[in-house]
Amino acid sequence: MRVVAAMSGGVDSAVAAARMLDAGHDVVGVHLALSQSAATLRESARGCCTIEDAGDARRVADVLGIPFYVWDMAERFKRDVVDDFTREYAAGRTPNPCLRCNEKIKFAALLDKAVALGFDAVATGHYAQVVETADGRRELHRAVDAAKDQSYVLGVLTAEQLSRSFFPLGDTVKPRVREEAAERGFYVAKKPDSHDICFIQDGDTRGWLTRALGAAPGEIVDTDGTVVGSHEGAFAYTVGQRRGLGLSRPAADGEPRYVVEVRPEANQVVVGTADLLGVDAITGDHARWCGPAPEGVVRVGAQVRAHGEEYPATAWADGDTVEVRLERRIRGVAPGQSVVLYDGTRVVGSATISAARLERSA
Amino acid sequence: MTAYLDHAATTPMLPEALAAMTEQLAVVGNPSSLHRTGRAARRAVEESREKIAKALGARPSEVIFTSGGTEADNLACKGTFWARRDADPARVRLLVGATEHHAVLDCVEFLVKHEGATVTWLECTPEGVVEPATVRAAIEQDPDSVALVSVMWANNEVGTIQDVAAIAEVAHEYGVPFHTDAVQAAGHLPVDFAASGADLMSVTAHKLGGPIGVGALVARRDARLVPLSHGGGQERQVRSGTLDTPAIVGFATALVASVASLEEESARVAALRDDLIERALEIAPDIRPTGPWERGETTRRLPGNAHLLVPGCDGDSLLYLLDAAGVSCSTGSACQAGVPQPSHVLLAMGISETDARGALRLTLGHTSTQDDVDAVIEALPAAIDRARRAREATAS
Repeated sequence: MRVVAAMSGGVDSAVAAARMLDAGHDVVGVHLALSQSAATLRESARGCCTIEDAGDARRVADVLGIPFYVWDMAERFKRDVVDDFTREYAAGRTPNPCLRCNEKIKFAALLDKAVALGFDAVATGHYAQVVETADGRRELHRAVDAAKDQSYVLGVLTAEQLSRSFFPLGDTVKPRVREEAAERGFYVAKKPDSHDICFIQDGDTRGWLTRALGAAPGEIVDTDGTVVGSHEGAFAYTVGQRRGLGLSRPAADGEPRYVVEVRPEANQVVVGTADLLGVDAITGDHARWCGPAPEGVVRVGAQVRAHGEEYPATAWADGDTVEVRLERRIRGVAPGQSVVLYDGTRVVGSATISAARLERSA
Repeated sequence: MTAYLDHAATTPMLPEALAAMTEQLAVVGNPSSLHRTGRAARRAVEESREKIAKALGARPSEVIFTSGGTEADNLACKGTFWARRDADPARVRLLVGATEHHAVLDCVEFLVKHEGATVTWLECTPEGVVEPATVRAAIEQDPDSVALVSVMWANNEVGTIQDVAAIAEVAHEYGVPFHTDAVQAAGHLPVDFAASGADLMSVTAHKLGGPIGVGALVARRDARLVPLSHGGGQERQVRSGTLDTPAIVGFATALVASVASLEEESARVAALRDDLIERALEIAPDIRPTGPWERGETTRRLPGNAHLLVPGCDGDSLLYLLDAAGVSCSTGSACQAGVPQPSHVLLAMGISETDARGALRLTLGHTSTQDDVDAVIEALPAAIDRARRAREATAS
């Protein structure tokens, strides 16, 4: 098969490319230039769009003896991922840009260009597994390494996208991938993992959003409307957040306060006690199915954030909308995040959380 | 089988240059040393200098060896700017062709940013030609402020040849020194430094069959240059550093050989180029050649340069697809972090950014054959088809 190996410059995508080559595929390395200012040199390897990262990826491709190209997707990335990220926060939601990037860039713009150029598939260093069933369908499953599992951020892939995707690291634990990189003589074997959001270089999401949207001072209020603090923009807060609230006075009951609601139109952040965060019903939209859409009410495991726990639930789909009923109350469900549904280790699909509430009293 | 059509990037070493250089590599000697070993090395350097000077219509004392074209351009632009400004603080304006190589452009930008220089970009015609009248008009804006005029002999992307003698004459009317980047011209076109009237001329070895890493700034004896590298005082005190005797010997051998065969080689390569362009134009009616071109043209366009605009394609897609088909070529423009940027040369020629993205530069040289041209023409239709689909796939 002719395969594009998406190479970020990190250790995972390097080993993934090497494994595709070992498997006998005709592999070409492609680094995506996603930053609007690709010429910036950064000191640490946080993201995936610096000159050093492109250079590291090229270096690995040279060791493998495969062609290597940089594809400029900065414009698409800005439109489909960065602007969406900003817009979602402005609307009081907490988006996951990695999911959006997988949906719109890596397994859409990149894959489409690759197919047009005559390639059959794209391979990435994501920790997830594609399992081919007896009847030839491809299913997305969790990775063997539970700590690194990235099936959550791939929950947006459709069956069509999956049919052209390879994740060669899904059967391996991360320490072994690093060992393999060292055995293969990759200079990036000890390169630190990337983390956080690649386009927010200093990791300061609130600062980034304030620059993007402009400071908008407002009030932090208790559930009874009492002003308990101030903020520089309600958009920078996430439901379930406890740290960084800077409340001017402690709660009367001495209990810690959490963000329980973000009201973008009033530019208000509402805080309350932990028990107000408990929900057992989630509504999602923008449903995406990794295989056939489920029919009727199905038992699933629901995961509501990256690297979060999986909770037993039932779910049913209605067109673009998904309803999830959790068996027990959970906390920290933020609108804008995705709820990814599992059947055992298999990813059924995902939806973007539009609302979460408590339906049954305790 | 690889068809190599990127001779403007670098061309294989001529066998005689490789042999001469290899032989010299085995010989010890710093040409600055006074003992007999040093003297032997110095003799090799000076004989090479004489050969190079003769081949370029210059005097041996005018040849300043450098590490290549980029260093020669840096020395010419910065060295002249500083010397002129030192003599007269008002002379800080640089008149520079809009289609120059980055080795000149980025020097100018450096001087503007850090040294108080100003720049007047010399516009070109749609064929990439800087008219002498344009130079005159630019000088006339304020003749007493001009430090240097720099216009390249032949363009590295589209192959346009400038009338350097006419431009030099205009500059000299106003007492302004003239530099020309002749990196693509030397060894491929008749280049006579004295007859051109240029004060400064950059050349490099590896574009004409010599080794990478050596070149020269040819500078008239009265050209005043502030050195960029200081040290042992080699090369008229202008360019310190131990001379690379083997590379210089290889350079001289290659230049002498390429000048000796220039006339017949130029006609042979131009015929291949014409065949390539004519057959490429038959593949798709909307492909167009850039720069001045007609059959047999070698006075207005480099004989080995074919530069095409393929509408609806990204040059980097074409490059990949041709590479996969065994054809090595170029988009012609510089990359930023590996991301192709629309060429400043094409934009200066009035070509739109969208059209400029579909640029393909195919350059022929002394090892090129009809087979190379046939390989491109065979691979091109499928490559264009796929590249167009790739553009459509990512445009939405």
